[in-house]
Amino acid sequence: MNLKDLLREHSLRQEASRLLDALGLPLSRREMLRRCLFGAGGLLLLNGWGLRAAAPAAVARARSVIQIWLWGGPCHIDLFDPKPEAGRDYCGPLDAALETNVSGIRIGQLLPNLARHADKYALIRSLTHESNAHETASYIVQTGRNPGSRDVYPAAGAVVAYFKGGAQTGLLPPYIVLTEPQGRFSEAGFLGSKYKPFATGGDPARPRFEVEGIVAPGVSDERQRRRRELLHQLNTLGRSLPGDATLETFYASEEQAYELILGEAGKLFDLSREPDEVRDRYGRNTFGQSCLMARRLVEQGVPYITINYKGWDTHKQHFQVMNRKLPELDRGLSALLQDLADRGLLSQTIVWVSGEFGRTPRIQWDPPWNGGRNHFGRAFAALVAGGGFKGGQVVGATNRTGEEVVERPVHPAELLASIYTLLGIDPQARLPHPEGRATHVLPGPEEGVGPPRLLREIM
Amino acid sequence: MKPRLLRIGTAAAWFFVLTARAADPYTASEPAQPRGELDRLVFERLQELGLRPAPPCSDAVFLRRVYLDVIGTLPTAEEVRAFLEDRQPEKHAALIERLLAREEFADYWALKWGDLLRVKAEFPINFWPNAAQAYHRWIRTSLRGNKPYDRFVRELLTASGSNFRDPPVNFYRAVPGRTPDSIARAVALTFMGVRTDRWPSNRVAGLAACFAYVDFKPTGEWKEEIVFHNPASPRADRWVGPDRRAVLPDGTALRLTPEQDPRVAFADWLVRADNPWFTAAIVNRIWAWLLGRGLVHEPDDFRPDNPPVHPAVLQYLQHQLVRAGYDLKHVFRLILNSATYRQSCVPVAPLTRATAHFACYPVRRLEAEVLLDALNQVTGAADSYTSPIPEPFTVMPAGTRAITLPDGSITSPFLELFGRSARDTGLESERNLRSTAAQRLHLLNASQVLRKIEQSPLVEGVSRPDLHPPQVAETLYLTVLSRFPTGTEQQTVARYLQTAGSRREAAVDLVWALINTAEFVHRH
Repeated sequence: MNLKDLLREHSLRQEASRLLDALGLPLSRREMLRRCLFGAGGLLLLNGWGLRAAAPAAVARARSVIQIWLWGGPCHIDLFDPKPEAGRDYCGPLDAALETNVSGIRIGQLLPNLARHADKYALIRSLTHESNAHETASYIVQTGRNPGSRDVYPAAGAVVAYFKGGAQTGLLPPYIVLTEPQGRFSEAGFLGSKYKPFATGGDPARPRFEVEGIVAPGVSDERQRRRRELLHQLNTLGRSLPGDATLETFYASEEQAYELILGEAGKLFDLSREPDEVRDRYGRNTFGQSCLMARRLVEQGVPYITINYKGWDTHKQHFQVMNRKLPELDRGLSALLQDLADRGLLSQTIVWVSGEFGRTPRIQWDPPWNGGRNHFGRAFAALVAGGGFKGGQVVGATNRTGEEVVERPVHPAELLASIYTLLGIDPQARLPHPEGRATHVLPGPEEGVGPPRLLREIM
Repeated sequence: MKPRLLRIGTAAAWFFVLTARAADPYTASEPAQPRGELDRLVFERLQELGLRPAPPCSDAVFLRRVYLDVIGTLPTAEEVRAFLEDRQPEKHAALIERLLAREEFADYWALKWGDLLRVKAEFPINFWPNAAQAYHRWIRTSLRGNKPYDRFVRELLTASGSNFRDPPVNFYRAVPGRTPDSIARAVALTFMGVRTDRWPSNRVAGLAACFAYVDFKPTGEWKEEIVFHNPASPRADRWVGPDRRAVLPDGTALRLTPEQDPRVAFADWLVRADNPWFTAAIVNRIWAWLLGRGLVHEPDDFRPDNPPVHPAVLQYLQHQLVRAGYDLKHVFRLILNSATYRQSCVPVAPLTRATAHFACYPVRRLEAEVLLDALNQVTGAADSYTSPIPEPFTVMPAGTRAITLPDGSITSPFLELFGRSARDTGLESERNLRSTAAQRLHLLNASQVLRKIEQSPLVEGVSRPDLHPPQVAETLYLTVLSRFPTGTEQQTVARYLQTAGSRREAAVDLVWALINTAEFVHRH
């Protein structure tokens, strides 16, 4: 057996590698790959997830985004754009608004904690698009484009993973979703499946956050090591076919997976390492603990985290659901903003809270809805904080009933352009296309339209 | 599914014979011999290039390979044993015939065509579930009956009628934007293997005129849509100039009259035997499907500066297709029965050049659907697949095989993770076969996979204390890797059975390990 063969035997690999180093011999292809993936120098070029970092376009003020996605469409007038004067047919039982710590800004009455943090965030009350269908609206809000063109564009998370995926996140994937993917559209679009988010699965509110693939229920570390050794012994194909590029990718992915399963990187998901008091502050529920988890990921430099917070599609029992969910949102989001601020991370972390649309301000009292709200793309609201967005601000306005945008209409592309710009990503930058077509992050002059306006007033 | 224990006995003697013959369990001992015209063309060219073909693969590898390549399905342990014990000299050809006649052949190739034709109920194609199901059924039925390829394409291109009742009309509904130029681009990509981005714009426009009268209208039925030839189509003016001419990609002009549907004239031109694109595109696709890469690669990127690596082979297959009356299974047979196809994955020639010129069989990862079906077959488990829109959700019955899924919107997290095609572009490369860390995490350690293994009849069967280690090894290898274990592997299994805490724990770990080998996850 020569030295190169030794390298392929996993148990001896590290020893052999040291030996090769000592002898000053050239490294094997596999070893080169390993170094590229895991070595300190390699991370600059290619992070562990095989994503190449594109050149940064401009000065970045923000490093990461936490996207809190209120899947289903939260009602703007119950959250960030209250209309207590509109009467019972619009407000139902939620007919009072709360003053915040910024004079002149009021928010929904079930958000008392957030009312004490208005200096940290801006509210955009004039978002608008033309779709009332979940998947189309999700696409518009997260890509900034209308569907129907030749291409399916990547969502913001995939775009950020593409441009910032080379950041020093070690082995952590650059785009993580807590806990389930959105599912109804391809987040990665034409960038392809490697830009899809890593979905954690599991439930961070459980005693053990069983991140799918990283923390296996009932398998001890010792047994993991024994299995790994067995797997290497049974790798007959790999030994018969050294140097095959397809297999090399497979083995490199495997090594990386084990760094998360057995190495330090995976411990990041162990929320029991947080003090009880901190966990309580966020709320001991899936959303609250997801916010805490997001903070831990931001600390590691993960550029894009989506908290896929479901349950906002309240056609029926709207107010019952709001009474349950809004306190959860209020507590988790407030704790997150305060914690990020206390740790000096808010200035470099964008927190973006919105759904795919709002809900009909006028309540449907008649059966079968019995006090429900329908989809409403014409006017809705978002909260943005940190990463260069100014706090204590309001952009745009809707009319007395929250049904029409009357001031500074904002298309989702404008919000996305602002987020990208703060991250140092040029909204007009080229995206790689599988057929080599000229495609850009957002619509602009090269597609024959004006570029989206930035939300300068809050940047 | 009940645990099925395998007959043990003759096999022990067998594996010594098998393993004694070659250094690895993948390669047979005899050298490569050309078996027909196709092989002569390939081997001649390899000789010119100074490349020696790889020796044939072992019978066990051939069996697993041809099952996966032809029907997207792993052989059962019984099928492996029966084939290896079969002494007939023509057993390989007979096996190929049996597989071409199996129902899974139609399932698997309808899946591939579903990618190319973008069969997906929801965003962004928005077929609607009824239409996606009808379209898939039409595609599957066509493949099952081996409909001549020229007829298959003609029906797709010239159909008119309801998306529910006349399924091939969905070809036009699956094109993004549904404009004449985007239809022209889709037609060129799908049936000519050409990416029109490299065409001058007037060539796209010339072809687009053939589709200028394709129009769409709703009916009284929910989500029904009629695709039809509309002489008064509002789109026509932009694409049909005052001289009312379409120009075909080879420069032929076509005079258009409003009464005649120009799609028919286009289809006539497209499927002509002397059309340089049509037959080349399809035989090249079949070659790529069976051998991992096209003679022209990517298989949907024909252009003058991307020539085929074996031009004579491409021509030969085109000629054969026409002579056989556009019988696609004839092309499958020619390739599957060749010595070229039967080469071992372990090359004699340097690896990179061998792979590029087909001097070995290239290793590649199983597709998402095939891998999940294989995993479920080995562990006796089932998955559920759903489409979350429109409400009420679509949920496929438990036990549905992933290769039979009719609609790209019906999916599961596993299928997404392992690079199932999003069916947005119609490009072959949209299906991603690259391994990622997230995939490895899932297969090594996800609760979904571990649960399947823990609860499998296979583990149950080999946990029996009265089984001897060689029997355990044999059962595991036949079931998971479709071959007998080598001597070294026998020893490894025996050792592990001794050292582990319990027989059951050892069985779980062994099944886990074999499922996680590169050999299981790849075709080879």
